[in-house]
Amino acid sequence: MSVSVSNRGGAHIVTLAGEIDLQTSPQVRDAVLDSLRQGGAVVIDMGGISYIDSSGVASLVEGFQVARRQGVAFILAAVSPAAMRVLQLARLDKVFAFQPDVDTALAEGI
Amino acid sequence: MTEAPVIEPVIEVQDLVTHFGDRIILKGITLAVRPGEILVIMGGSGSGKSTLLNHLLGLLVPTSGRVHILGQDINRISGQALSELRQKTGVAFQGGALFSSMSVLDNIMLPLIEHTHLDRMTMEIMARMKMEVVSLAGFDALMPAELSGGMIKRAALARAIVMDPRILFCDEPSAGLDPVVAAQIDDLILLLRDAMQMSVVVVTHELESAFKIADRICVLDQGEVLALGTVEEIRANPNTRIQNLLNRRIEEAELDPEEYLRRLTGQSSTKEGP
Repeated sequence: MSVSVSNRGGAHIVTLAGEIDLQTSPQVRDAVLDSLRQGGAVVIDMGGISYIDSSGVASLVEGFQVARRQGVAFILAAVSPAAMRVLQLARLDKVFAFQPDVDTALAEGI
Repeated sequence: MTEAPVIEPVIEVQDLVTHFGDRIILKGITLAVRPGEILVIMGGSGSGKSTLLNHLLGLLVPTSGRVHILGQDINRISGQALSELRQKTGVAFQGGALFSSMSVLDNIMLPLIEHTHLDRMTMEIMARMKMEVVSLAGFDALMPAELSGGMIKRAALARAIVMDPRILFCDEPSAGLDPVVAAQIDDLILLLRDAMQMSVVVVTHELESAFKIADRICVLDQGEVLALGTVEEIRANPNTRIQNLLNRRIEEAELDPEEYLRRLTGQSSTKEGP
């Protein structure tokens, strides 16, 4: 699993790749919450994720809740069908904001 | 020409024999569970299905034979490896096995507290997500004594899946529930399998439930696999014992007068074989 953070168009882009599971999700949580602490919108680029478990999704839920409190955008971009199934199971597909890719998220979502 | 990839079973049981004292309980069970499959183990009381489940969970040591879970021999691995394996499996026990002194949320979070170092908030969100899945949203603070039978079963399921296991074991998930709630539990098991690609082993004597959820059914009788096949194959199986089970006909056990007399007078040898 890898996680990297960059800045584009005034937003933090958190790029995730590989398997997000019980061992690796704390890194995702740290990156998401650190980005939110610095202020500004956050886009999670999920295009490189091969697997995400409930702990990874929970980290995103926590980030989304913090973003809402701060009044900033929090967008999931390039979510794979497999990851979407995990989100749908807990009906989170009706909660998060989605965009097909980071460019669209930056252009339309924030 | 390339050959199709071999799909390794997630569970493999080979010639499993077990005794309780002198009494033989399982007489050479062989079966396999494929990835993403729902296998229902059926049988009447005393058929050995609960004993088989306990072997699959690594709670019993067989007389002979082996049980492989996710490629590992569950009776020959280290304690550490067994602990890691248990993180990849979830069990919903028949009576729920909830801790009466803990709230529903704390019960569901328990495997995460035991096995992970996740942040408390992450664990709470994970547990609440699974409570949403099993329709227990908002019941965080209730104690097990305040739950109905169906809610206890659902809480047990939520706890069993809180770590996204690769294999889910369910012991009589719908026993004792009214038909509507039982059907909801069946639907939930199907949903979990489809959404999380879990393999599921269900032990039940509920025919309707078995036919609804099973990809394959294993019929146990007196410690032996009487039949193993799809729902259609089991329904069409001409074996009298299976048809009796399916049609809820009572089967009179064959009586050996000599052995019966010895049993009544306490002189019986319960050992099998010559």
